[in-house]
Amino acid sequence: MQIQEKMTFETWPAVPEKETLEGRNKFLGFWLFLGGETVLFATLFATYLALKDKVPGPDHPLAQDLYSMPLVFVMTMLLLTSSLTSVYAIYHMKNFNFKKMRFWFIITVLLGLGFLGCEIYEFNHYVHDYNHTFSSSAFGSAFYTLVGFHGAHVIFGLCWITALVVRNWRRGLSLYNAPKFYVASLYWHFIDVVWVFIFSVVYLMGMVG
Amino acid sequence: MVKEEIQTNNGVNVQYRRKRNKREMRHQLISFLLMIFLTLVAFFVVGYGDFSVWFVIPFILILASVQVGFQLYYFMHMSNKGHEAPALFIYSAVLVAFVTILAFITIIWI
Repeated sequence: MQIQEKMTFETWPAVPEKETLEGRNKFLGFWLFLGGETVLFATLFATYLALKDKVPGPDHPLAQDLYSMPLVFVMTMLLLTSSLTSVYAIYHMKNFNFKKMRFWFIITVLLGLGFLGCEIYEFNHYVHDYNHTFSSSAFGSAFYTLVGFHGAHVIFGLCWITALVVRNWRRGLSLYNAPKFYVASLYWHFIDVVWVFIFSVVYLMGMVG
Repeated sequence: MVKEEIQTNNGVNVQYRRKRNKREMRHQLISFLLMIFLTLVAFFVVGYGDFSVWFVIPFILILASVQVGFQLYYFMHMSNKGHEAPALFIYSAVLVAFVTILAFITIIWI
């Protein structure tokens, strides 16, 4: 099977992302990268937990004063739903339905943009209404490093998926681009995995005190 | 192993493949609904429940871990064949992550 060969559903392999050597290498390498990312986020979570509510004076806002449940709930739902839509995209990839895959990846990007908008609003609100900034306290530094780093992952994921969709707009599916789409969807799910811990450990645990 | 599976499925049993993909999608949809449910429970316990902190924190951490399990095994296909290496990487990472966080919340103080 040639990597750029025109395919039909009949010739499309059951596991297209692992059909070529390049695909198998990407799959393995990407999971190794996700293991590294897990450790990286763990160090940021550990720093946040150690520095939570460590502020210089009594007038500085604490976690309980800052976090608002409705906003975090909306952000969680947006990201969780975008994880499902990228599952749909990969489902259609396995069924060799390029247009539907493209459609669901676009929906994923739109939901991700919604999440990003909420996060920008949230940070802006903290900075201007509470004076809770990156340099105002150890708590602020740890908070913005952890949540901001996750937000940076969202931005990167959005750029990545958008680039893939635009670059392959007219190409259709091949064994060349199937692993690319697959790996990008893994990245997007991993962003949601990190967010599950952020909303539990940072926001919900911050609200109970 | 993977190669054999592809050849037997290739063109021979298209209907079966569609059905199998559909079944996997159904499992993923069910795990999505469960994840939404776990999220709602976590928010509800914190927002409206009248429970002690010593119950709420372990409880929402367990809910988060279960939800991440669904995400890894169904959304990221770790329940499918050929995911031994990803499991090794992720579980090693989880071990290091656990020790790091444990160290920071127990023996580091400011």
